[in-house]
Amino acid sequence: MSKHHITLNVNGTPVEADVEARMLLVHFIREALNLTGTHIGCDTTSCGACTVHLDGKAVKSCTIFAVQADGGRLMTVEGLAQNGNLHPIQEGFREEHGLQCGFCTPGMMLSAVALLQQNPNPTEEEIRWGISGNLCRCTGYVNIVKAVQYAAQKMSTAEVEPAAEMVPQA
Amino acid sequence: MIPPAFDYVAPTTLSEAISLLSQNGDAKILAGGQSLIPMMRFRLAAPALLIDINRLADLEYIREDGGWLKIGALTREAMIDGSSLVRERYPLLADTARVVADPLVRNMSTIGGNLAHADPANDHPATMLAYGAQVVATGPQGERVIPVSDFFLGPFESALSADEILTEIQIPVPESNSGGAYIKLERKVGDYATAAVAVQIRLDENGNCAYAGMGLTNVGLTPIKATAAEEALKGQALNDSAIREAARLAAEAAEPESDHRGSAEYKRHLVKTLSVRALRKAAGRANGGNS
Repeated sequence: MSKHHITLNVNGTPVEADVEARMLLVHFIREALNLTGTHIGCDTTSCGACTVHLDGKAVKSCTIFAVQADGGRLMTVEGLAQNGNLHPIQEGFREEHGLQCGFCTPGMMLSAVALLQQNPNPTEEEIRWGISGNLCRCTGYVNIVKAVQYAAQKMSTAEVEPAAEMVPQA
Repeated sequence: MIPPAFDYVAPTTLSEAISLLSQNGDAKILAGGQSLIPMMRFRLAAPALLIDINRLADLEYIREDGGWLKIGALTREAMIDGSSLVRERYPLLADTARVVADPLVRNMSTIGGNLAHADPANDHPATMLAYGAQVVATGPQGERVIPVSDFFLGPFESALSADEILTEIQIPVPESNSGGAYIKLERKVGDYATAAVAVQIRLDENGNCAYAGMGLTNVGLTPIKATAAEEALKGQALNDSAIREAARLAAEAAEPESDHRGSAEYKRHLVKTLSVRALRKAAGRANGGNS
């Protein structure tokens, strides 16, 4: 079994650690970094509760080894708000009641932000497609779609502070 | 779930990766990892060494070259889905890349892994059978080309040697009046196909079928090339009776088993229905339609 020294950027902050090769990225995020906003739902690459952005792409952190993120740029749900201001997607979930139990919410928001970065003005169908890798067992998705529409609207009309992953490294 | 312990290396050149593979008997290539890592978590796979090829950025490309569409094995599904070249000229491939797993998985998963894993439930194998595609395997002795029709030997078993890496997929550039479609029935996004059908056709100047390729997903121990259906279509006008006869032959070629996705009888019927739909869609596209 091999151990590896990894260096990565997490929500704008440089991080270094020694990890066993078999450590999953989601366990590294939750247990080594104590960033527990990233959830473990199914453990079968199905539910999307563990979604994070790695080098700008939304991925399931339960299906990547931490060692693979070496040299990478990671954003978790904790990186969305900036200087105490909620990201528009977070505001959208609050305003449109996009959550009930909240378990899927961090992953939903990160999938939604990735979608909006590629497609700032998605149709309802495109939103549903964009979050199709994330399962919600409470809401029936209707208010989640509204939350994403809220964020799309807000982001198109306001100058938004960049999320952590867009901030250039010092 | 935590996978069993293993050693890990991330080579930066293909030759380094191949030499690591040939020196280690119990090694696996880690590409997108979206099938391998779940298998390791379930402890269905326990390789002693993982050779991570994700740093081999020169294996990610999509380009036409010398009569072939060449796709680097490490090309992600999301990149294929986003390629305007693929959308305009390779609708069968575009259809397929769009229904592999879900958008999050598609950001990681690779077309090479989808084929090399040789899972009969994966989507690209049937599509590559329909295209008459070939793959490039690179090993210590250099490159060799393997037709996809000779690639799948059994469930999770391919024609790759233990020291070879699948490095490129080659799809013949379609001539004019070609069209294709992939139609998959899945219980939900991210599930494997209950059944799926890939069709690629070309029409001659009289509107008759000059080429027909048909592949079936997840209705047998390997992906299935529906040879009798392909033969029956050749030279035919793609009218309703020709389409229905080909669909009947495709359903006959299927070897489904009953499981939680449905009975064998249901799946065979499904192959027929999906074949009719895919053939009609492919014919429409070959005639210049886009839907």
